[in-house]
Amino acid sequence: MKQFLDLAGAFGYISLLTVGGGMAAFPELKYLTVDTYHWVTFPELMHYYSLGQLAPGPNMMMVASIGAQVAGLPGAAVVLVAFILPTGLFTFGIGRLWNHLDKWPWRASIQRGLGSVAVGLVAAGAIVLARGALTDWLTIALAVTVFGLLMRTKINPAIPIVASGLVGLGVYWLG
Amino acid sequence: MSKPPAVALPVAPPPSLWRLFLGFLIMGSTSLGGGVIAYLRTGLVTHYRWLDDETFVELMAISQSLPGLNATNMSILAGDRLRGWPGALLGALGMCLPGASLMTAAAFAVGVGGDDPISKAFLHAIAAGAVGLVTVVGVQLGAKMLYEIADYVFVAITIVLVAFLHVSVLYALIGVGAVAIWWHRPRKTGLPDTKDAAPKDPAQGDPAS
Repeated sequence: MKQFLDLAGAFGYISLLTVGGGMAAFPELKYLTVDTYHWVTFPELMHYYSLGQLAPGPNMMMVASIGAQVAGLPGAAVVLVAFILPTGLFTFGIGRLWNHLDKWPWRASIQRGLGSVAVGLVAAGAIVLARGALTDWLTIALAVTVFGLLMRTKINPAIPIVASGLVGLGVYWLG
Repeated sequence: MSKPPAVALPVAPPPSLWRLFLGFLIMGSTSLGGGVIAYLRTGLVTHYRWLDDETFVELMAISQSLPGLNATNMSILAGDRLRGWPGALLGALGMCLPGASLMTAAAFAVGVGGDDPISKAFLHAIAAGAVGLVTVVGVQLGAKMLYEIADYVFVAITIVLVAFLHVSVLYALIGVGAVAIWWHRPRKTGLPDTKDAAPKDPAQGDPAS
């Protein structure tokens, strides 16, 4: 029981921090699931995150994997509800209020202010992920290549992501 | 912007709840590779014509300013516009169910990140690719959100706090967020500053403790 409460608490809390996207909460996700509760190791977390890139829909649905690993199907369900419901209700409420907030001068201030923090959080998330993922020249080269490709072209990100995995496989078999 | 003059597509009548759920379920199962928002736009605005472009952009602005995943927030807001709260619920469910079921199944199938060196090699390389992808997302978000030097200072402070000093995301969000919102506070002249005087003393705004 305590485990389910921990899961619900941790993922409910993490979801509140996803301002600007799931990546913004990645440092806290790592801190709680790896360092605090030891539900997964950092490589496992990274690998689930990688799998999440290959799954359709929001790629943070990988939180379900952590729940499932810790406590099976009920664990996955608890994590998903905790991760989606509180922020979902909040969004629902604000969505209805939004037009009334139109005249409220602080609305634009909050958007502007949180905008820059969101960018910083996404960047920090990328750095934390990079510390685990970029371990040698190959992985650094992959990250730089994907970055360059996606900045210059409009291809579906799934293509270079899957290609990275295949390159990793190829190098493993050759090495 | 070389778009044809906005001859707004006629908006279709709101779908039944079942059609709405099905629509979001399809978008939720086909939006591969991140950038779900682009799929949602194609689906909601172009394909189903449930929303016009203006409404979509407005809802996107709300989604991005609030906590929660962008795609989930968008589904809730669009579902609510179309069919009230049941629409919001079914929209979010349709969007999240496919990915969530797959990731749950993956936890059992992959043997839990098991020690299989082949899947490790594959997934580790994908994580590396994802670093590139996330960086692009950050750059694009920055291009939209950052206007003046002060904004970049807030970004830098947030990065240092979270990624290097290991300050909790919550404290960074509240601390830097409060300072940034105050910086952009409504001025008597009307709208929040666009190009205000040069930032005075950025260090002043450092909530680091």
